[in-house]
Parts: sequence; C-alpha cells; structure tokens
Amino acid sequence: MASVQITNVRKVYKRDTQEIPVLDGISLEIAKGDFVALMGPSGSGKTTLLNLIGGIDQPTSGDIVVNGEAIAKLSGRPLAAWRARNIGFIFQLYNLIPVLTALQNVELPLLLVRMSGKERKQRAQTALELVGLADRLGHFPRQLSGGQEQRVAIARAIVSDPTVLLADEPTGDLDRKSGEEILALLERLNREFSKTIVMVTHDPHAAERAQRALHLDKGVLSN
Amino acid sequence: MNLLSLVFVNLFRNPLRTLLTMASIAVALFLFCALGGVLDTLGDAVKFGSESRLATRNAISLVFPMPLSYRDKIAAVPGIRRIAVQNWFGGRDPVNPHEFFAQFAVDPENFFPMYRNELKIVAGSPPQAEVALPADLDPKLAAFMAEQTGCVVNDELLRRMKWTLGQTIHLDGTIYPGSWPFTIRAVFHSATPSFGGNTMLFHFKYLEQNGMGGHGFAGVYKLELENPDHAADIARQVDALFENSSAATHTETERAFAAGFVSMYGNIPFVLRLIGLAVVFAILLVAANTMVMAVRERTSEVGVLKTLGFADGTVFTIVLLEAAVITLGGGILGSVGAKLLIDRSHFNAGGALPPMTVHWSSVRAGIVVAAVIGAASGLIPAWQSARLRIVDALRRVD
Repeated sequence: MASVQITNVRKVYKRDTQEIPVLDGISLEIAKGDFVALMGPSGSGKTTLLNLIGGIDQPTSGDIVVNGEAIAKLSGRPLAAWRARNIGFIFQLYNLIPVLTALQNVELPLLLVRMSGKERKQRAQTALELVGLADRLGHFPRQLSGGQEQRVAIARAIVSDPTVLLADEPTGDLDRKSGEEILALLERLNREFSKTIVMVTHDPHAAERAQRALHLDKGVLSN
Repeated sequence: MNLLSLVFVNLFRNPLRTLLTMASIAVALFLFCALGGVLDTLGDAVKFGSESRLATRNAISLVFPMPLSYRDKIAAVPGIRRIAVQNWFGGRDPVNPHEFFAQFAVDPENFFPMYRNELKIVAGSPPQAEVALPADLDPKLAAFMAEQTGCVVNDELLRRMKWTLGQTIHLDGTIYPGSWPFTIRAVFHSATPSFGGNTMLFHFKYLEQNGMGGHGFAGVYKLELENPDHAADIARQVDALFENSSAATHTETERAFAAGFVSMYGNIPFVLRLIGLAVVFAILLVAANTMVMAVRERTSEVGVLKTLGFADGTVFTIVLLEAAVITLGGGILGSVGAKLLIDRSHFNAGGALPPMTVHWSSVRAGIVVAAVIGAASGLIPAWQSARLRIVDALRRVD
C-alpha cells in the first residue's frame, strides 16, 4: 500500500491578477517505508510539493492521499490533528523555539496528545536519546551546534511516532560532517523504524543516501 | 510542560518588556481605582446622615451663619425632640500645618445625646471635681463638660497627631483669629466611618465668647425629630418661621444636607469618570501595541506550532492568554494596591469628607477593566495568528 499517493496535482499561486503555476499535473506514488529524495533547481516546486504532502498547503486541483486519508479535502482542526498524528517535519533552519530547552522543544507535539506530564517527558527523553542527545536535555538551542539543533528537530519530528517524515533541505545549513550525521540518522530511521521519508535537497551526495531520487523541473516531475 | 507553561515561557522571552507593560497597566489601574475611590468616598459622604434628623442652614449658603436666637424658636416647633448647634471652626495646628482635620463647636448637652449611636466615647480624663451631668451624657465626658477649653477628639486623629489625653494643644484660627488653646479631655470612636473620623469637637460657648464677641451665630442647627415621618412637614414649619427675615433658612434631612454638601464638588465625579476612561483607553493602546509586537516577532514560530499540529484555535488561545496574564497581572496589582494604599492613607480632605476608601466593588471594576483590556489587546494579534497560513508564516525570516 502506498504511503503517499498524488494524482494530477496542480498548484497555482496568484499574485494580483497574475497566475504563477508551480506544480503542473504531478502524479506520484511513494510506498510505505520508502526514502525519496526530491531534487531540482530553485523554484522548481520541491518545497511546495513537500508542503502539500504534509498538509500545510492546499493544491489548486488534484488529489493527495497520505496514509489513506484524502488530505486535500481536510481543513482547519481535523487537518491539524491529522498532521500531528501522521507527519513529522524537519526544516532546513531547524525552527526550534529558542526559549524552550531541547527537551521542551521535543515535548511540544505531545502537548496535543492526551498523556501525563511524566509520560510526555519520558517519551521526549527517549526521542532525544535516539538522536544521541541524552546529555543535552536542558540545553537551549543557542547552546547547541547546528548539527545538534537539527538532531533536536528530528527528535521533535519523530516523538509522536508519525509514519511519514518530511525533510526540507535538512543538511542545507550544516557543515559536511554534521550533514553526514543527519543523513545517517535519517537512514537509520528509515531502515530500523520503517519511516517513510521525503527529503528535499539540492545536494546530489545527500540524494544518494535515499532509495530513489525524483527530479522536479518547472513544476513537472522527470526521472 | 503544558500549554500554560508555554504561555509563561513566551511572556518571559522578553522579561523587561513584559514587566514594563505589566507595570504600566498596574499604574493605570491604580489610577483608575484611585479615581473610583474618590467617587466611593463622595458616595459615602452622601450616605452620612440620618433621615430622622434635620439640618437647618442659611438659605443663601452654608457659609453664611444664622442668629443664635433661632435656636429657641426652632426648638419650639412641635415634633422636635432636641436641637443642637454645630459650627465650623477652621483652625490649623501650627505644629503640623499640613495636617488638616475638621473642628466643630457644638453644644455638648444636645449634640452628644443626639449622636449617641454614631459617636462612642472611649476614654475621658478624670474630672477635677464632682460634676452633675445630664442623664443622657456619657460619664467619661465629665472632665470635658467642666472645662470650657476642653475638647473631644476622634481616636484616629489622636493617633495620627500623636496627641495624648490631657494634652493641651493650640490651634490658629483661620476664621476666628488668634491662638486657641484646647485640652483634650475625652476621645471618641466613630461607629460609622463616614462620620466623625479625624474630627475634633469643642464647646460652642468657648467659640461664642472668645470668637464671636458674645453675639452668637450658628452655622448649622441639627434637629432630632420625635417621628421621622413628619420630617417634611417640620422642615416646612421651621423655614416658615424665618421666611421674611434677613437670614432665611433652608431645612432638609441630614442625608439631603450631606448630599448637598457633596454636590458642591460640582461635576468632579463626571470629570473623574472621563479621566478614568481616558486612562483605560490609553493603556489599551499600549497593551495592544505590545501584544502585536510580541506576536509579530515570532510569526515563524506560530508557523512551526501549526506545522506540528496546533490548531488555529489553540494558537488563538495561547496568544489571548498571554495578553490576559499581562493585563490581569498588572490589573490585580494596581487595583488591589490602590485599595491597600488608599485605605491606609486615611486621607479625608481636611475632614470635609469621610476617610478616603476604595470599595471592593471599585477593585472588582478595575480587574474587570483589566480583563477587558486583555481581551481587546490580545484579540487582534490572536486573530492574526490564528488566520496566518503556515506557508506564509514559515516564509517569514525574522
């Protein structure tokens, strides 16, 4: 069964009266447990496609089914709840909350789940241990290196155990060594925990770590 | 961590701004409640007085006296049980010239029995000699009654001026010139806060003989009635006695008299309410500006929260709670602070009003105003955050 099924999706942005097509009739299937790299030049629509899969943007037309749910038809609170259950996001600039510690940042998605504070903390600790930051629980983002911040972001993405991870240039702001560590971590999550991963990247070296690479150019997919 | 702790963490990401905003709201609400306190105090002053007593004054104005000869004529009106003279003295303590308090010359044989429920004699000097007192006078007034320069002071005033029973004080007369010696011979406690606080009472005879050259005038006559139901009729009869005289009178219930006294403040209550509203509006703008800035700074974080699954309503609630904590925190601090500070100040406008107080209803009004400011100032940024599209929020780089 496909984890992500995209059928004839179009996305057009409107600027005043001008229409700017970003995605033009994209159809795509990503199997459960797949690790896909999405490549293409700037402005090709990679991030837009990622946002559509994650339900943080709506297609102009077409269908998107993720984990059996037609998300193009969802909106508001049901869509937010679906996102919390099914999707983990990893951003290029980590997007951690600067006034929260690593542990609190990872706890954030669990605030939406009915569970005790103790259990919430336990699960956040486990996620941070998994990414190798058991000794940085009380550190604030400003006290961590870029690589460590991204690992906290990955822990936050996986703490609610979503089946799909969406990573937007996860190594784009890191040095080579830290980038390698993040890619190795994503590989491990894919291999050992069967997470479906869609990763947007410019870096061919990073794309090599995925099971397959898709190329977008001017809103059209080309293999 | 929970949603509430997230609210507090957000508030203290810029602690100086939060504290300054909270302080500005506290000061504004302090002022709002202090103005409310003035209105409360004026209201209390109106409540002073009994419906079973009448007050007769010069029809032209309170500042013009009436001949003392009116006393017997008024006393002869059927239905009047007792009549007492009360005259404003207007002295100033040269030792503490800025400490104002009220001084009234009264005829104690009638005045104290008339106010037996309002004024409780709590201490008196032992009399030098055996004095025959009227049956309805408190025995603790014996020394006072025997001495023309004796006076009776309120216990609050005694404490405030650091006087002692038996002490002789001197007051400089502002209406009746000269240095007037008084010996404190008794202390009373005001059973009702709206009457008698920070007040000194002394013999009318002393004033009449030494300040009026023996030609007595009275500022106000207080009339105790046998039946309050006849108040209007008796007032008409009293005023009719002096209708065509050079000093016509105006008689009304003591409560109406107090209300008239307060009405001399004119439109002050209206002006105070206007100032209060202006303060509230100004602080609303400050709070709204702070909240808009605070939320705008973290637009991308709002996007992250929504990406993680926080619904629009949850984001709305978080932002609104932040505004509520700031404004309610400041509001409670300012309102309760006003109550505690002003009540303890015992300020009474030189005895012209009861001791200034802020009623709890004014404190509650202040807190409600703070809540409204919180809602109004948080509503716009909360609404903006809730409506913010995730992709737009994430695109924003601060």
